[in-house]
Amino acid sequence: MLKKINLQVRNNMITYGIVILAFILVQILQSTGNLSRLLQGLLVPLTVYVILAVSLNFTVGILGELSLGHAGFMCVGAFGSAFFTAMVKHGDMPAGLRFALAIAIGALIAGVFGLLIGIPVLRLRGDYLAIVTLAFGEIIMNVIGAMFVGRDSSGLHFSLRDAHSLNMGADGEMIINGPLGIIDTPRDANFMVGVILVLITIFIVTNMMNSRDGRAIMSIRDNRIAAESIGINITKYKLLAFAISAALAGVAGVLYAHNLTTLTAAPRNFGFNMSIMVLVFVVLGGIGNIRGSIIAAVVLTLLPELLRGLADFRMLIYAIVLIVMMLLNWAPKAIEWRERYGLKTFLAKRKAKEAKE
Amino acid sequence: MGVILDVKNLGISFGGLRAVNDFDIKIEKGELYGLIGPNGAGKTTAFNLLTGVYKPNKGIVKLEDKDITGKSTIEISKSGVARTFQNIRLFKKLSVLDNVKVGLHNHYPYTTIEGILRLPRFRKMEREMTARAMELLKVFDLVGEASYPAAKLPYGKQRKLEIARAMATRPKLLLLDEPAAGMNPNETLELMDTIKFIRDEFDLTILLIEHDMKLVAGICERLTVLNFGEVLAQGETATVLNEPQVIKAYLGD
Repeated sequence: MLKKINLQVRNNMITYGIVILAFILVQILQSTGNLSRLLQGLLVPLTVYVILAVSLNFTVGILGELSLGHAGFMCVGAFGSAFFTAMVKHGDMPAGLRFALAIAIGALIAGVFGLLIGIPVLRLRGDYLAIVTLAFGEIIMNVIGAMFVGRDSSGLHFSLRDAHSLNMGADGEMIINGPLGIIDTPRDANFMVGVILVLITIFIVTNMMNSRDGRAIMSIRDNRIAAESIGINITKYKLLAFAISAALAGVAGVLYAHNLTTLTAAPRNFGFNMSIMVLVFVVLGGIGNIRGSIIAAVVLTLLPELLRGLADFRMLIYAIVLIVMMLLNWAPKAIEWRERYGLKTFLAKRKAKEAKE
Repeated sequence: MGVILDVKNLGISFGGLRAVNDFDIKIEKGELYGLIGPNGAGKTTAFNLLTGVYKPNKGIVKLEDKDITGKSTIEISKSGVARTFQNIRLFKKLSVLDNVKVGLHNHYPYTTIEGILRLPRFRKMEREMTARAMELLKVFDLVGEASYPAAKLPYGKQRKLEIARAMATRPKLLLLDEPAAGMNPNETLELMDTIKFIRDEFDLTILLIEHDMKLVAGICERLTVLNFGEVLAQGETATVLNEPQVIKAYLGD
């Protein structure tokens, strides 16, 4: 019994360890000048994708509902926080505090959106839920892409038509400029902050999984009727899980927004493809497996860049890697092989042997 | 002793089909009561009415003089009724221990924040939950399998785990839907002892649906026989099982 709890703790420690080791490795490579400019530019997006993958895994693997609108929550977090930063960037707030507040605001707004959208959407299940979340993701992105917000001495102006209808005074300043988005966001995000946020995300998700709430959420996933019969409030826990997942996606959005000077609500940033890409990380890393999501996100983000030298063969190899990863994770034969010869079995056997001696 | 469950005229129709009609039952505290009847008689539907899965069209359900008719499943669970299912419904991917701990959910109310930050109340309550769950697993002889995923348990043990999970909610009234289905004679005998044991140990009242007449005759003090949704006979086990219309309902003419 105690051993089992220790096993969970140890398992989580390994996950934290992998992230920290990766961070140290990157720092060493960077200080010795072995990191190409291209890779350096990829560091923050990597942490963004890792957070997104872990947060989506919370919905797909732990809550057991397929959501295809995760990019929408990321978009809300990105714009919510960038809006805040744009409002205060000319003040004398220190950059560190400003960014910390931006993260909190991004997470909060995305979480509230998750809650509001979750109320109608979580009545659906399976394919229907997937389709509706997809629609909501697109709606969020398109609405934000059509928003014009400006500020002048008389206060904030808002319009969904164009910049002129804001009727701003001469000292007016655009904050959100419709499809052109938010510009000149200070680049507060860096790899270190990204890694810290990754660790916090893992901390929240894994601790929740091993607590009362997590068990309730997973019991709904495994058998809704039985969960209800022992007094689990299905609606409450579904919404809680969905809102937390959305809030974490919002955090990824904050990092994303503060890593670019220009933030636009364009399909290539927050569209359907982004949601699907994150889902690919989750599925290939193993549904419900947090460490798997992290590894899949890193490998699949780096791979296309590392293969750049191969020019035309790049996407071919990427596809092959996807297929091989999928087979390794999900093919019954591969699972059987893993159970027989895998590391876990090997360790268990060795332990049993030691116990005998 | 006093009455724990008092049901009057309970009925539900699905379209034109009266699945359960004028179902009356009165169970004393501490009783081991059987609900039998041929296939399709409406036994499981009666359970679903009692636990709020279906809302009755008519009738009253009283639990210790409190009206629980038409309440939600969660409210009924909180007021002290727990059940198992005919087709086993475990949380398959959760461990055996966690299955029972989910059952303890409403008795250890630490908050989400306390859970995420691993605050003292979380540690204390989790420790208590684990200890309590292990005690229950001990009663059902499942301690050795505590860390297995529930799906990996053999069939008989899955049935037992379902009862353990229901017990975790601290019910006053436990509804067992065919607890011995699919068990071999030895397992059934063992189960009979366990059922009697938990009744005495936990001050429980048990209502069970069962087709295994040896089990019914062996542990139930009183019986209600349902046929085509209506009560066919009711009373002491030995008397009811010998009534001609009961034998006819089971064996045909």
